[in-house]
Amino acid sequence: MAESKQSEKFYLERFGVTDRELLAAMGRVKVRDVDYADLYFEHTVDESISMEESLVKRASKSVSQGVGVRATAGEKTGYAYSDEITLRQLEQAADTARYIARSPAGAGFVPAIRVGRPGRDLYPVLVPATEIATPEKVALLERIDKVARAYDPRIKNVMASFTTEYKIVLIANSEGELVGDVQPLSRLQVTCIAEEHGQRQAGSFGGGGRGEYTFFLEDNRWERYAKEAARQAVLNLKAVDAPAGPMVVVLGSGWPGILLHEAIGHGLEADFNRKKTSAFTDRMDQVVASELCTIVDDGTLPFRRGSLNVDDEGTPTSRTVLIEKGILRGYMTDKLNARLMGIPLTGNGRRESFQCIPMPRMTNTFMLPGESTPEEIIHSVKRGLYAVYFGGGQVDITNGKFVFSASEAYLIEDGRVTTPVKGATLIGSGPEILKKVSMVGNDLKLDEGIGTCGKDGQSVPVGVGLPTIRVDEITVGGTQA
Amino acid sequence: MTSRRIDQNLTSELLAQAKRKGATAADVVAVEGDSASVQVRLSAVDKLSKAQEKRLGLRVYFGQRSAGASTSDLSLSSLDELVETTCALAQAVVEDPCASLPDPAALAKEWPDLDLYDSQTVPMDGMIELATRAEKAALAVDSRLTNSEGADFSAFGGRTVFANSHGFFGEYQGSSFSCAVAPIAVQNGLMQRDYWYAVGRKLNRLDSPEAVGQEAGRRTVRRLGARKIATCRVPVVFEPEIAGSFLGNLCSAVNGYAIYKGTSYLVGRLGERIAPDLVTVCDDGRMPGDLGSKPFDGEGLPTRKNVVVERGVLKSYLLDTYAARKLGLASTGNASRSIGEASSVGATNFYLAPGTATPEEIIRSVQRGLYVTELIGFGINMVTGDYSRGAVGFWIENGELAYPVEEITIAGNLKDMWMGVQAIGNDLVFRGRIASPTVKIAEMTVAGE
Repeated sequence: MAESKQSEKFYLERFGVTDRELLAAMGRVKVRDVDYADLYFEHTVDESISMEESLVKRASKSVSQGVGVRATAGEKTGYAYSDEITLRQLEQAADTARYIARSPAGAGFVPAIRVGRPGRDLYPVLVPATEIATPEKVALLERIDKVARAYDPRIKNVMASFTTEYKIVLIANSEGELVGDVQPLSRLQVTCIAEEHGQRQAGSFGGGGRGEYTFFLEDNRWERYAKEAARQAVLNLKAVDAPAGPMVVVLGSGWPGILLHEAIGHGLEADFNRKKTSAFTDRMDQVVASELCTIVDDGTLPFRRGSLNVDDEGTPTSRTVLIEKGILRGYMTDKLNARLMGIPLTGNGRRESFQCIPMPRMTNTFMLPGESTPEEIIHSVKRGLYAVYFGGGQVDITNGKFVFSASEAYLIEDGRVTTPVKGATLIGSGPEILKKVSMVGNDLKLDEGIGTCGKDGQSVPVGVGLPTIRVDEITVGGTQA
Repeated sequence: MTSRRIDQNLTSELLAQAKRKGATAADVVAVEGDSASVQVRLSAVDKLSKAQEKRLGLRVYFGQRSAGASTSDLSLSSLDELVETTCALAQAVVEDPCASLPDPAALAKEWPDLDLYDSQTVPMDGMIELATRAEKAALAVDSRLTNSEGADFSAFGGRTVFANSHGFFGEYQGSSFSCAVAPIAVQNGLMQRDYWYAVGRKLNRLDSPEAVGQEAGRRTVRRLGARKIATCRVPVVFEPEIAGSFLGNLCSAVNGYAIYKGTSYLVGRLGERIAPDLVTVCDDGRMPGDLGSKPFDGEGLPTRKNVVVERGVLKSYLLDTYAARKLGLASTGNASRSIGEASSVGATNFYLAPGTATPEEIIRSVQRGLYVTELIGFGINMVTGDYSRGAVGFWIENGELAYPVEEITIAGNLKDMWMGVQAIGNDLVFRGRIASPTVKIAEMTVAGE
């Protein structure tokens, strides 16, 4: 199987289409006035198994497949999709998609199709997690339950879920490229409820990526997830109210990189800049961060949740420097926006499924390490907040205001980490916040592999990463005014 | 690969096939529909999209073991595989004493026509015209509205079919149409965006594109010049959209699954006061023509009107059969179904009953405070009720909206926020499954400068 993945035949057979049918459909959509057209075939198997109250009692599996047909003309995009992959459906979809060009029907010219797969596989998987026998996954969830409960007698309930998908895609475009990819993705998530004196608190932890099922067994990852979730739940029992107002904030390494995703990541997606709706519009080569900050988006990290061999338009992913020593250097692009803006194609054209039009999206977004040790950074703060774990975040692209919500945080008093505080939302302005980064740690860490990003109703898996950093001022949204 | 029609023949065959494999009970849910949408930006077409979709899910029980599976491939061979997969999964999980289909006597026997479907279709060109009109109207509101994220118009029509091995078979059609605009205003090099929308089941009852556009333009322009404010504790007024989000948090907290799992701050509060007398909250699945209405729920039980909070007292959780059994209660007809998965709980039309004050009167009652028009982020801990979100709105000074504010947070605890509800507006409008009039809360912490 690993070998056949390299040939277009594997994909064509998987979707029951022939070269000739692809060419025929392409010819139908790539009429005069259509600049570009593509077909995106997808077959995805999703599986989910979950446990609560010590019982693995829910399991489900879904199969979805279909094809999306797209045509672009100038700034316009026409799209149609169908969950039936037949020549008739392809032709109907092609007719809808090319509607935007208002050209009469007729055979357009398309070059012969050639295979354009990159010579690398970032996530070679011999045995997909969907193929691992269900009882083995059930047993793992049961072990998680035992470990989490054994962590502390105050743990009263443990919820754990294992979800995995196996996606096979084939992308053919009017430039004659034919690219296939097999994209596995798994995630193991644990949530614990702790109870004491009638007070309840939750803690949650998990991880995953594009590797095999054994990933979760290596280094006892599953056990660490269980203990981390339990630790957070118990810790939160003694958390005090969070402060309210502007203060120095130290962000821990890893998942707090969600700051970058919200504060600058979305604002540097090319579509918003072409439309001039981003707070970063026309700021290329300007200072948008302190010179300690170099930030990249890298879709080429092996087995990472946000990585892809090729994006959902068939472009090989790459490492894009977004901010170099504080200067804005690059946008993340898809084909439409790279062409319209005359800037490089970065392999960031992504879509949730065949039902969706691709657009510029992040892959793994992180800040490169600096020179301070995490201890130096903490010691430098007289009074502040040390935030190490987060829930979600959100940004208003247009005015640049963003939030991200801490779920594990502590006060820093006289250079020492002291009392845990309750979760609180942090709010700031994207184009300003990174100018306030005054120390960058030498401890870059990527997150564990749980991120999902939503844009325009489409969800895609992403990664983030951060060394420990000191931000001189962020507004902390606690209750203690 | 010919696709099977979704009808009673198909559901009966699948249920029989599951039984032959040893399943003691099973149910099938299937949906199919057509959707189309257009996006126009600065009067030019940006995106067109059109699709036909269908999907079928099977859930089987082997005694008290159960599992579900689904597929969008309705070919004969794929459906055979679906039955096979589902039965294998069910035999791999453990027994759950509460797992089973609802009592046959409780299933819906007959149901009214809830007027959920509009067979009107709009051709692509018509949708483009409607979206263009909405955007034009928005940008015409003020000369500072010079850019746009675009205007959308979309239409959906489809059918839901549900059958189970107790002999239930039911189906209904539904439609929805929506129009939305997100204009951008620019002043002194700074931009603001807001949006407005209309959504409903009937095309000719939708607000006009001009009305949607004008409201979007008005909401966007008023945000220009927004500033931060000093950290303080003040009364907070939620406009209806935001009050709807606050009500949505209550809806999550009364979900039977959150209750039995212990992940809601309302565990064990049934029959207790959770808000002042002026708060009454209902969930009504039988409101004709409304977006959350349906004749029967995801398990075939009749939908109904449930009073969730009556004059401040928590009267009912929202339950399906499973959550009800876990809690020793009866289903409230709120089973919601993701295809192929076990049922979960979902609201139908969940609303806060309107009060008597006009929104203007409520704002006038505030000396110094905050009027919230947008919330961002996910800073809510449903286990404890702790609440902290990014906010946008207006500073209220002497009972009037004084100036726009941004880059602030509002924080408190949902328990205190509900107990602190001081006024409810008379401005309830349903534009979605969860609807609320204006709400005033006694005090929250606002973090800013």
